[in-house]
Amino acid sequence: MPLDISNIVKHFGRYPALKGVSLLAEDGEFLALLGPSGSGKTTLLRVIAGLDTPDSGAVRFRGEDLLAKPVRERRIGLVFQHYALFRHMTAAQNIAFGMRARKKGERPSSAQIKTRVEELLDLVQLSGLGRRYPAQLSGGQRQRVALARALAIEPKILLLDEPFGALDAKVRRELRRWLRDLHERTGLTTIFVTHDQEEALDLADRVALLKDGGLEQVGTPEELYHEPTSAFVFDFLGDSVAFDCTVNGNIAVIAGAPVPIVGGAYNDGGGVAHARPDQLDIALGEGPGVPVHVRNVILAGPDARLDCALDSGGAMDVRVPIEDAAKLAPRDRLRIVPRTVRVWNQ
Amino acid sequence: MSRDSPARRDPPWFAALLIAVTLLYMAAILLLPLITVFAEALRKGLDAYAQAFADPDAQAAIRLTLGVAAISVLLNTVFGLAAAWAIAKFEFWGKSAVMTLIDLPFSISPVISGLVFVLLYGINGWFGPWLDANNIQIIFTFTGIVLATTLVTLPFVARELIPLMQEQGADEEAAAATLGAGGWRTFFLVTIPNVKWALMYGVLLCTARAMGEFGAVAVVSGHIRGETATMPLYVEILYNEYSFSAAFAVASLLALFALVTLAVKTLLEMRFAEELSIQRWR
Repeated sequence: MPLDISNIVKHFGRYPALKGVSLLAEDGEFLALLGPSGSGKTTLLRVIAGLDTPDSGAVRFRGEDLLAKPVRERRIGLVFQHYALFRHMTAAQNIAFGMRARKKGERPSSAQIKTRVEELLDLVQLSGLGRRYPAQLSGGQRQRVALARALAIEPKILLLDEPFGALDAKVRRELRRWLRDLHERTGLTTIFVTHDQEEALDLADRVALLKDGGLEQVGTPEELYHEPTSAFVFDFLGDSVAFDCTVNGNIAVIAGAPVPIVGGAYNDGGGVAHARPDQLDIALGEGPGVPVHVRNVILAGPDARLDCALDSGGAMDVRVPIEDAAKLAPRDRLRIVPRTVRVWNQ
Repeated sequence: MSRDSPARRDPPWFAALLIAVTLLYMAAILLLPLITVFAEALRKGLDAYAQAFADPDAQAAIRLTLGVAAISVLLNTVFGLAAAWAIAKFEFWGKSAVMTLIDLPFSISPVISGLVFVLLYGINGWFGPWLDANNIQIIFTFTGIVLATTLVTLPFVARELIPLMQEQGADEEAAAATLGAGGWRTFFLVTIPNVKWALMYGVLLCTARAMGEFGAVAVVSGHIRGETATMPLYVEILYNEYSFSAAFAVASLLALFALVTLAVKTLLEMRFAEELSIQRWR
């Protein structure tokens, strides 16, 4: 296995940042480390890069012990969240830095470095901007300079810390496509950290979801989305709503309505049922189901969003086809019945 | 909101008053004394002015002052870089104490800064008997003057560097390490260029202060003409001997050193204005 991370433990003072994380990455894989802030994802990235030393555990790359090597000998490309470009150097000088820093015998000639810098500028679509200083570049351009600088050392692994975190929404989406493209061309094993589930699901071959310094679930985006192993995974990967229920075999009874359970880990008894806002049926009049009244009907979008207030207190978003929502108005009374739910009450 | 919006416009008399106060205060407190120094120095003509510097004692004082300043500034630059680096990039026990103590020389009287060295290394001081037994003299020597000057000027370089290096953080150094650069390469190619302006201001201010220090040096020097009298001390000696034009001549040279320091700083700022603005991002 090319990258083998096993049982990494790391404390900051008494605070446990990583509680024994093990993870494998295939050759050429695009892996996302996903999690809320404080879940340890950036710490894990820094451990791989060598900027943080774990208390225990091992990181091996093709059998070689990475932790035994100092940062500068690891040859792991790292793109920092805020890029950390050298501000007093031009884009070209930034990219050349890693090549110039090599030992005398291994250092390419000035002409070779120049050619390589031009190639890399070309690769990140910044040809002609090599003489600009970081301050003279836009956020997206800075990010690509940082990427070119990391690629210039011909890294074994590429690490990206929140690669789109500091960019606005439109640039984000463009860069996402572009980064996926670039990954396909370079074929480098790439690990990126993100707190944005959409980004992780959209971009990665596999996603590792972290929570409180531990690994919650690892799998393909489809596996995580459709076969979550915990309520946390289900909630984190998309919009979700929750209902109190009573479990009876494979049926969850929610406000008198029997609903089939399609996933989770459950026993007979009380629990909380989880569903997506677009897996809810609405009905008018009396009957089983969670009683609510409509507060607002939002029709701008591919489907309609009903902002509902529960009789028992609290609010809930319900997504329904536009044509079903068109006849609804604020203050209408509805009953909500999920089509399917997942329950974790073990 | 624009600067000229009526809501923010101050009454004209208010602006005039503030400007007048600023200019008058500067003129009375700063400019007039400076002009006086040069006027008094040249009152008896250029010949008398030149005569003042022909005196071997005057030349010795100039040499001593420049020598002391050079060593003190070098020591405090090395210390300032090390302290700022440690404070900005590492967490360690006693860090806040160090940051408070670095400012101490600003707040204590220079006389005390001199006196502590007499209490430590003087003949009746803590280490006095041992030093005497080993034939080492510190008080009333070049070494003593350097020590006192270094103490007084300790904060200048560190004070300029610490906030800047704290703001910049350690990300660029970390990036350099992942790119394969060793410690020294990172220091000279990343850290130093990032702080070079603050470093230069610190060094220039430190130099100006080191050349002008009077109180602390007066305590440890012994005022030996031609040997341990720095320029400020020599000015006082001349003044007390009623050699006013010679006193002002030496004083004017000291003032000139300070003005040159200021001019160098301004020139560099003008010359590298573009580069400065480029690098102040984030």
